[in-house]
Amino acid sequence: MTKVLMQGNEACVKGAIAAGMRFFAGYPITPSTEIAEGSAVELPKVGGKFIQMEDELASMAAVIGASAAGVKSMTATSGPGFSLKQENIGYASEAEIPCVIVDVQRTGPSTGMATSPSQGDVMQARWGTHGDHPIIALSPSSVEETYRLVIRAFNLSEKYMTPVIFLMDEIIGHMREGVEISNDIEVIDRKMPSEDQKENYRPYDCADGELVPVLAPMGKGFYYNITGLLHGGDGFPTNDNEVTGRQVLCLMKKIEDNRADICQSESQDMDDAEIAIVCYGGTARSADEAIFQLREKGIKVGMFRPITIWPFPEEDFLKATKNVKKILVVEHNYGQILLEVQRLAKNLPVEFLGCINGKTISPDEIIAKVEEL
Amino acid sequence: MKEEIRLAGSGGQGVILASIILADAAVLSGNNATQSQAYGPEARGGACKAEVVISDERIRFGKVLKPSFLLALNQKAADTFAKDLPKETIVMLDESIKTPEGLTENTVIRLPILETAKEKVGKAFTANIVAVGAINNVLHLCDNETLFEAVKLHIPKGTEEINLKALSEGEKLRGSNE
Repeated sequence: MTKVLMQGNEACVKGAIAAGMRFFAGYPITPSTEIAEGSAVELPKVGGKFIQMEDELASMAAVIGASAAGVKSMTATSGPGFSLKQENIGYASEAEIPCVIVDVQRTGPSTGMATSPSQGDVMQARWGTHGDHPIIALSPSSVEETYRLVIRAFNLSEKYMTPVIFLMDEIIGHMREGVEISNDIEVIDRKMPSEDQKENYRPYDCADGELVPVLAPMGKGFYYNITGLLHGGDGFPTNDNEVTGRQVLCLMKKIEDNRADICQSESQDMDDAEIAIVCYGGTARSADEAIFQLREKGIKVGMFRPITIWPFPEEDFLKATKNVKKILVVEHNYGQILLEVQRLAKNLPVEFLGCINGKTISPDEIIAKVEEL
Repeated sequence: MKEEIRLAGSGGQGVILASIILADAAVLSGNNATQSQAYGPEARGGACKAEVVISDERIRFGKVLKPSFLLALNQKAADTFAKDLPKETIVMLDESIKTPEGLTENTVIRLPILETAKEKVGKAFTANIVAVGAINNVLHLCDNETLFEAVKLHIPKGTEEINLKALSEGEKLRGSNE
């Protein structure tokens, strides 16, 4: 297969369309703008729709509406817009409407630095919207992985009827690489109720251990309600504590009980590693080069890379780091995944290398940090 | 084989596009390539840096660590990026630029890139394509046909002729080596 040069953001659009995205609503923002531009160009070619909305709140609402009507939908933004989308991300989570929210992270709080890389939205991806809710977040480390992983983001969202955060960063979003685009992909579509379920349709009844609701697209003649209020089996709000408790528990457990299916990670040079570098997304490229050079100097260092960021792949992490003496977390923030690593690596020293000034962490910085450990 | 190429100029001079074309040409020739850029929030006039890494092996880190080649299209870019260069770095400067101090051990190639675009090609905005031709002439990244294929991926229909002229004028440039 021949390679083509492609930007990370472009690969995101190509992957999304391959996964079946047929609706995009968004409000352009650097460094994610090429995703909106690419969707505007590509969607009409496959019979899809692109809408530039008046703001991020409306675009997230439009994505939920389109998905409730049965169309695979996506939006893309960066930190400032991600903040604005949070209310409706919570709605999608509680109403169990599948959708993909791409956040190409840029530096800083507030409007920050538009064209500089960051991974400062990791905790926002987890807890940006209020209340107890589950979330899935995935983070790619190359342009090629962006293509494959955004397809997985759609598949997980359809399979578990949940919003999925596709947590990119400026490094990968704006980088161009030669990639092989494979058409040999798996695409999962949400389950559809059969016609005979129309009578007394109660999609949110998580009965018989079935945690994922089978939602009919709106407009197909199935009578039920979609709401952000805690609800009963027919989707209508209720104050019955037993019902609401069961409903939120189902919401949590549909992700919690399926961690093994959802969580993905990669271990590199970990077999004999004494030092484990934990990093993800674009930062993993700096670590990749650093490990190559450190190994040439005879330093036994490897990398554990969560590909699924949320839920954090705990079991993979514990297995990969079982025999290491030290852990170094490297991320483009002030320490976010660091907190997960500290929680899990109870008896191991955990060091940290971060960056909050908009620069890219260089392999040399990682090498220097490892050498002083 | 590994080349780490850095192109610098001001926003609007087309150095990002030049870097994309070089990366495309590398991929078309069967090599691996990564391309990236750094620029400010403004669309025109700010400082702009673009990078291409080309290798026949897997590219781990996609940005330039030790430039093997630097092109500067304005004085500020030359002064900024010529600092602390390894002595192996080949430096290509537009002839309008004063050679920055401290490049005593480097190969410095001074070429009339901007003037060639303006006078010989007849369009100042083709300077980036002239530069692409000149760079390939020095680094021998691919044959001229492949390079033109890469250029054609990025230009509007109907501009093939003027871009081919820009590319060939760039390939012909023989500057004064300092």
